[in-house]
Amino acid sequence: MNRRLVQRLGFILLGLVALIVVLPILLVVGAIVVRGIGAINWEFLSSMPRAGMKEGGILPAIVGTLMLTLGTALAAVPIGVGGAIYLAEYARDTALTRAIRLAILNLAGVPSIVYGLFGLGIFVLFLRFGTSVLAGSLTLAIMTLPVIISTAEEALRSVPADFRTVSASLGGTRWQAIRAIVLPQALPGIITGIILGLLRAAGETAPILFTAAAFFLPRIPRSPFEQTMALPYHLYVISTQVPGMPARVQYGTALVLLALVLSLNVVASLIRRRFRRKRQW
Amino acid sequence: MRPRAGSMAAGALRPGEFLIETLIRVLGFSTVGFVLLIFLFLAREGIPAFFEVPASNLFGQRWYPTYGMFGTLPLLLGSILVTVFAVLIALPLGVATAVFVREVAPRWAREVLKPLIEVLAGIPSVVLGFFGMTLLAPFVREVLGAPTGLTAFTGALLLAYMSLPTMISVADDALDAVPRSYRDASLAMGATHWQTIWRVVVPAARSGVLTAVMLGMGRAIGETMAVMMVTGNAARLPRGLDALFRPVRTMTATIAAEMGEVARGSAHFHALFAIGIVLFVLTFLINLAAARSIFARRRRGGLR
Amino acid sequence: MVEAERGSKVRIEGLSYEYAGKPALRNVDFEIPDRAVTVLFGPAGSGKTTLLRLINRLNDPVEHTRMSGRLLLDGQDLYAPGVRVTELRRRVGMVFALPLPLPLSVRENVLYGPRLAGARDRLRLSELLESSLRRAALWEEVKDRLDAPASSLSGGQQQRLCIARSLALQPEVLLLDEPTSGLDPISTAKVEESLQALKADCAIVVVPHSVQQAARIADRAAFLLSGELVESGGPQLFTRPRDKRTEDYVTGRFG
Repeated sequence: MNRRLVQRLGFILLGLVALIVVLPILLVVGAIVVRGIGAINWEFLSSMPRAGMKEGGILPAIVGTLMLTLGTALAAVPIGVGGAIYLAEYARDTALTRAIRLAILNLAGVPSIVYGLFGLGIFVLFLRFGTSVLAGSLTLAIMTLPVIISTAEEALRSVPADFRTVSASLGGTRWQAIRAIVLPQALPGIITGIILGLLRAAGETAPILFTAAAFFLPRIPRSPFEQTMALPYHLYVISTQVPGMPARVQYGTALVLLALVLSLNVVASLIRRRFRRKRQW
Repeated sequence: MRPRAGSMAAGALRPGEFLIETLIRVLGFSTVGFVLLIFLFLAREGIPAFFEVPASNLFGQRWYPTYGMFGTLPLLLGSILVTVFAVLIALPLGVATAVFVREVAPRWAREVLKPLIEVLAGIPSVVLGFFGMTLLAPFVREVLGAPTGLTAFTGALLLAYMSLPTMISVADDALDAVPRSYRDASLAMGATHWQTIWRVVVPAARSGVLTAVMLGMGRAIGETMAVMMVTGNAARLPRGLDALFRPVRTMTATIAAEMGEVARGSAHFHALFAIGIVLFVLTFLINLAAARSIFARRRRGGLR
Repeated sequence: MVEAERGSKVRIEGLSYEYAGKPALRNVDFEIPDRAVTVLFGPAGSGKTTLLRLINRLNDPVEHTRMSGRLLLDGQDLYAPGVRVTELRRRVGMVFALPLPLPLSVRENVLYGPRLAGARDRLRLSELLESSLRRAALWEEVKDRLDAPASSLSGGQQQRLCIARSLALQPEVLLLDEPTSGLDPISTAKVEESLQALKADCAIVVVPHSVQQAARIADRAAFLLSGELVESGGPQLFTRPRDKRTEDYVTGRFG
């Protein structure tokens, strides 16, 4: 009898712990939604900041984040998917392959601020791109590579090996099998991985601090060589560097960023679920 | 002795395909190239610091760049303090939650918890830092009586939550790897579910839990924005346990806060890069250890 | 004699093959005649599948193997340097033991090989589609469902689809590795029937899943035991075998 009581209490305790873990999540999201929703209106989303950024909108930050994310995708997707194809279809168990995997693990663990330093050193200074959308995108792209490579490789490996055997028996080359069968079948998984990587890149501040972000630039950048505002950096700035900023504006900005990131997350999950149902194997 | 299906047609290339396959190989090697590049450029700007600043200064106790003092010790200790406490908080929470989700929770609870934890993983660190600044810090101030709410403890708490998704996921994998036979044997001997969990399953998943700790530490040490916004940014050497409730500064926050105003090529500039090297090497070693432990576990069949 | 009229399509000369030091085939000498059904039978592990896979070089990427002897197709050494493996596999088709439809439609499955080889002409391709499906005895059942996913077909239909798929390349040799294992008796009968029709156009090599099946379909047969070719001959191998081992196996004294 005593043991059962202990078990009961124990389970309740565990449940409480889980609650302690989960409640703050709801709290954070809830607080931002509740306090930020008041600031969201068409003007906020579509106009330039005015009056020391305390009034007006955050359009340049939104556009800047979208541009950076797009730039990241353009750089990271070909390299990431290509690398994944190499690992899944061509690489054999040699020292070089192990070195590649170690490198990917390493890249995944590098702190985001160190990426910022790296981006500063190579793109802004050495290659003389200056603080620009280009430098920021490239920095974010390298940071996003490990995520894309890992998920893409897993997606490729999940395609049954038999398909490749069949293709070969019909006179297909290795690349033909990849192009005609493996890649299309792995595509939903690869796209999910890309979206997950991009949503992380969209929310990062440290890598763009010294490579792309502008404190106050009330216009859309006209070329990739210009600086840009960006949502994460803007949130940081208006919550720490600008005295007298109305809380509503801060929460509103946080809400926009959160909404962007979370909705991408939902899209990725939906793709993953639909893929699992429609599989032909 | 099964053939690697992919290479069955190796050596049968048309010219266009040769180009594509070469490109793929190059892209495959690129990751190694990037790691080397990162180290190269960090070293390029960071190594000069060791020549410009005498070692006694660089490893000293005062970080006042405006006065030419580049003592990195307070920053290092600040990072360690926040990280260690973050892991101390996150580990029991993470393991308990993983156990709950896997062993105890009814189906509906699992369906609610898992997405929520994924949401947590997706929240950008600057948003969490913002929340920490505006809501958590005042709370810490009121409830725990710290002068400002911006303390090492606040940072540790925030970091702990940010590490939770990783920890829960690794702990979950570790629990999953424990063979059913262990559980069945324990239950067959008359133990309750609860006893089985704590006396058999969790100990069997020990090495996985260790991996979770290492990965959590790696993430925590590298976190920048959230920590910067809630730890108060006073580059003071933490002394004694009440340093936990005083402001502190981490290595990451230092770089982020000061690089913007630093003259390029100055000693300060190089010193910040040098701190970057330390971070790079530290996280590399931690993640290497974690990776080794994962591979070793897999080879041994997922246990111990 | 009927046998002397059929030319030999594939010649196997002194073939030995080992995986990581373990012999799988020992000094096999054998001729596969054109326009006939040849059957390779024997207990599990006797090297039948290995031999099959060596003919279309599907074993190429396997490491730690050693091979001696020759395989000749129309007199050409298959393993000579400069032989294009992809070309070879269009001339020598293979059907596997489990139905393995590609995750495409019925039409796309059948036309996969020809498309990869560069065929573009729409008219030609649709003729090829119909004729291949007819030869595999599948046309009537799928002609209204050509764009349905191949995975929606039954097991027996899928296997006939795989046969049609190989036929679309109009191979000179068709290798079938236990093509009816796991199929119901009706599908099995349909497959065996189509083999008899197909042999008019190419050399057929089958690894049967039972001795009974071998006896039903063989024009020529070879008995393999532990990598050794014990004896070969016409259908009389099953009724009047020369070697005691063949007799023991055929009568079921071991299996």
